[in-house]
Amino acid sequence: MKTGRFWAWVTFLIGAAYFFIPLIATVEFSMRMRRGTYSFDAYKVVLGDSRFQATFGYSVVVAVFTILLGVLIVVPTAYWIRLRLPRLRPAVEFITLLPLIIPAIVIVFGYIRMYGSNSPLPFLASGRGTDALLIIGYATLALPYMYRAVDTGLRTIDVRTLTEAAQILGAGWTTIIARVILPNVLIAVLSGAFLTFAIVIGEFTMASLLNRPAFGPYLQNIGANRAYEPAALAIIAFIITWGCMSIIQVLSRFAPRSSNRPQ
Amino acid sequence: MADTFLSIKNISKSFAGTTVVKDFNLEVERGEFVSFLGPSGCGKTTVLRMVAGFEEPSAGSIVVAGKDITRLKPNQRNVGMVFQAYALFPNLTVAQNVAFGLKIAGMPKAETDRRVGELLELIKLPQLGDRYPYQLSGGQQQRVALARALAPKPKLLLLDEPLSALDAKVRVALREEIRAIQKELGITTVFVTHDQEEALSISDRIAVMYNGKAEQVGAPFEIYNRPATKFVANFVGTLNVLEGVVSDAGTGRVRLNSGELTLKGKLNGSRTGDTLSLALRPEAIALGARPGNDSRLEGEIADVHFLGSVIRVRVGLGDAAISLDTFNNSSTPPPRVGDKAEISFSSGDVLVLH
Repeated sequence: MKTGRFWAWVTFLIGAAYFFIPLIATVEFSMRMRRGTYSFDAYKVVLGDSRFQATFGYSVVVAVFTILLGVLIVVPTAYWIRLRLPRLRPAVEFITLLPLIIPAIVIVFGYIRMYGSNSPLPFLASGRGTDALLIIGYATLALPYMYRAVDTGLRTIDVRTLTEAAQILGAGWTTIIARVILPNVLIAVLSGAFLTFAIVIGEFTMASLLNRPAFGPYLQNIGANRAYEPAALAIIAFIITWGCMSIIQVLSRFAPRSSNRPQ
Repeated sequence: MADTFLSIKNISKSFAGTTVVKDFNLEVERGEFVSFLGPSGCGKTTVLRMVAGFEEPSAGSIVVAGKDITRLKPNQRNVGMVFQAYALFPNLTVAQNVAFGLKIAGMPKAETDRRVGELLELIKLPQLGDRYPYQLSGGQQQRVALARALAPKPKLLLLDEPLSALDAKVRVALREEIRAIQKELGITTVFVTHDQEEALSISDRIAVMYNGKAEQVGAPFEIYNRPATKFVANFVGTLNVLEGVVSDAGTGRVRLNSGELTLKGKLNGSRTGDTLSLALRPEAIALGARPGNDSRLEGEIADVHFLGSVIRVRVGLGDAAISLDTFNNSSTPPPRVGDKAEISFSSGDVLVLH
């Protein structure tokens, strides 16, 4: 028993070292910009850079629209699959997994061929159109996470009976989704939303090939040309991601309770 | 019928080639409490769901207050429904749950608040308006579900096994409460259950269902005492069934393994030599002679079950056995297994099953 516990600790420590040593090394390196002493100079340079603010702001706006698009597509789809088309579930699950299998570069080249200025849907003919295409692309990339989060949320409630209870009280489909289903899977939707946010903030391939001023290409550009700033940016991006995860955890405490999940 | 409010005419329902409801007919009077009673899979819930609009009949029609609602969507029918699983909205408080249908109907806030208060009084939970469903017991949740269903003043109330998920004591209390509220409001109600005691105790009429058909529709007394079919007789209450052969159709004599009975006027056209199933309720049989009992059989005590106020005795009659109930009397010891016994009953209590 004691030997088992010893090896468990050894495994845990190796795992923790694997995770934390590069992180600590990056933090340490990012603070060595000023010679001979530790400082936050690299962070000051990064945060004071107008391109950082512009690209980060752009990516945040794109992320918000991606989340909205994702919610609008995924919540009604996952709801309808659970309610009326459970047989289609394996097929839909497979489709939502495709973005993990097909590389983003393949998707974006497909977009460029399909939506060029000569196509019937010339998304790429204008800046706004390209932004829209980027949002659509990001919604596709986030689909595996958003769909699973929402589907798991729907599993915790009795979708069919709640729908019927609302219907018999006079509710139409919009009311049912907005006032019965969505509030009861809100925490799941938020989990999906924050995962989407984390993906969009760091995404490079699509933004770069569609030539949008996003945070991902900026990260790459800084990484290729500077020494200490990329390390500071990596830590900032890491903090943002972990911040999102923490918010998910905090929000899950406020999930609507049911008799299945009293407290 | 004097004032037919709900009329279910020849409805049928098939799922993927399997017919689950066949040619079902029922007329329900205004203010009547009708129960659908039957085993699992008999189609009772499907009929209820067709009345609610959740399933569309394959054939037939449903008319409420003179209006054909067969093709209307559930949210256009003005029907209230209580579900087995309560189905309260977990994100809303008790008061918000009750107000849900009223808000959808566009009722002004002051009027909604007044109506919600009225209904919480009706279900005797006026102090729980701010609680969430998870903070209530099963019985309280189902009362809230009832209030929510009644809030928009529906024409018809449908109850789909609303007591099945509750423990025995709460079940009895709540069924009495449901009946009292139904009588107070005079709302036409259809109640689905597989529990015969529940159906017998609160219904004006019962439709006993089997294989997608109504086997018999009648008042509880009639269903219990004069079952129309073998299924109804077996399903409702405990029943002893003895096989016999008509030995003389003219005099009504029937030969059993353990003796002979005279059932004058009860053979319903059976001829000499026909095989019959004869049924008797345990409470109609006495151990020993009893005034008014004109039929007697002899056997041996096979089993004795002490049930408190009642003792259930099984008497072996040749290769058959019959159960009878006798009241517990502290001064008389229960019969012993193996003793010879004579049982008696009135031939008028014998049900001839076809």
